[in-house]
Amino acid sequence: MACRNTTYHRPQSIAEACQIAGEYGIRGRFLAGGTELLIDLDSGRDRADQLISLRDVPDLCEIRIEAGELRIGALATLSAIATAPDVVRALPALREAILTMGGQQIRNRATIGGNFCRAVPCADTPPLCIAAGARLEIVGATGARTLPAADFFVGPRQTVLDRSEILTEIRIPVPPAHSGASYQRFSLRHGMAVAVAAVAAVLQLDGDEITSARVVLSAVAPVPLLVGECTDLLVGRKPVPDLFAEAGTIAAAAAQPITDLRGSAEFRRELLAVLTPRALNEAAARAKGEAA
Amino acid sequence: MTADRDSSQENGGGSGLPSGAGETHGVGRTNRDDEPNQTGMSRRGFLKTVGLGTAAVATVAGTSAPAAEPAVAITPEEMAKITLVVNDRQRRLLVEPRWSLLFVLREKLGLNAAKEGCERGECGACTVLIDEQPRYACLTLAVEAEGHRITTLEGLMQGEELGDVQHAFAEHDGLQCGFCTPGQIVAAEGLLRANAAVTLDEIRTGLSGNLCRCGAYPNIFRAVEHAAQRRQTGGKS
Repeated sequence: MACRNTTYHRPQSIAEACQIAGEYGIRGRFLAGGTELLIDLDSGRDRADQLISLRDVPDLCEIRIEAGELRIGALATLSAIATAPDVVRALPALREAILTMGGQQIRNRATIGGNFCRAVPCADTPPLCIAAGARLEIVGATGARTLPAADFFVGPRQTVLDRSEILTEIRIPVPPAHSGASYQRFSLRHGMAVAVAAVAAVLQLDGDEITSARVVLSAVAPVPLLVGECTDLLVGRKPVPDLFAEAGTIAAAAAQPITDLRGSAEFRRELLAVLTPRALNEAAARAKGEAA
Repeated sequence: MTADRDSSQENGGGSGLPSGAGETHGVGRTNRDDEPNQTGMSRRGFLKTVGLGTAAVATVAGTSAPAAEPAVAITPEEMAKITLVVNDRQRRLLVEPRWSLLFVLREKLGLNAAKEGCERGECGACTVLIDEQPRYACLTLAVEAEGHRITTLEGLMQGEELGDVQHAFAEHDGLQCGFCTPGQIVAAEGLLRANAAVTLDEIRTGLSGNLCRCGAYPNIFRAVEHAAQRRQTGGKS
């Protein structure tokens, strides 16, 4: 059974949670949904003997639109996010990204904060959040800070958080008119399989010209990869399939994929050359109001 | 068939409660709940309880806990007194912090329908409803389930009668060996409670968190489709 010799803490506030985590340092882990943490502790991949449950910490599950931002509490479950009317309206691609994850049992338990903080390279929620320009609200024992989501990841299973810090909220600017987003992902099965490669794209158009573009790759680098060269290529140009194919070539070159049991590095680059144009085409169609 | 057998075992006469359930104190106060209580607390359970009492005293004295915070901390040597609401009955238990909900349901409450399969959130055999949503009991710590409504396959029975999804599985042969069946049925139940108007594709993806090594999928999907249709037309409960 999971977590032998583990002490279980149940703080009642963020301050208390940060204090406990600060006290135990490397021995402590925050427990949110637990769908990764408990497995990792059980298998020995992760080691910690102080579990700090966030279940009683108030106000971490809210999903709402405020001040032009879609604000998602870090403890909101994936299901809650995928079915939240504000998300469906403002950023349907986030719902689609989430529905590729696990099965219903996992989505009903796992949280977006956990998906960020476990920092697995193939995580499905960070790429789209990064592409959409999300900022992260972080609270720690010594104070609070805000960070662009793009700066959050340091390496596989590593983030910028120090041991006392909690990711409390993900704030995504509500996409303006004439913008569109898409998440395209390849996995070996349709359900219960992690991404072999995935691409998030967010485009904004002014008439027939791309005014802003962000392409983020997943599962093909140690961290979600924002490809600046794609932005450079796309901005100021017409949103046509040839251009998007060229962006795919650039994305494939920018990636740093590894070979593992799900696919070779070469295969992953091939996937990017297909998934990137697919994501850009859908994002452009949505920006034009053509597709659902 | 197996689902049927499992449920009747557990629902009938409280025979499923193991001797170790001395830590179970029924609050609902039926005979079934009282029985194991009266047969005496196990030595282990008693020692654990005493151990907890000592720890509590130490905390009050301010010697062991880092600070007199309202935060609860349970060390591996201690047991926590929690109340779980399982199938609409309150169950008071002493649990170790590391125990999964699945372990407590099966080994402490004698509810054996939820199965121990992979124990790592992949096979779905342990699926239960927590606040109406299907979740893996193997990936839920019992202490974390406190304060939430838990429904197991046993709770889908209408007395001695099968629930409608169970009926549909029996009618359509939605099983072969039956090991995954309780999980499949509870997952389907959660799916239909969220939305009874499901398409075949939604059933397929909805049940993707439940594996069937026998490969009874076509019949499982047919059974769920049928149960969904009946619910939409109000044919059965």
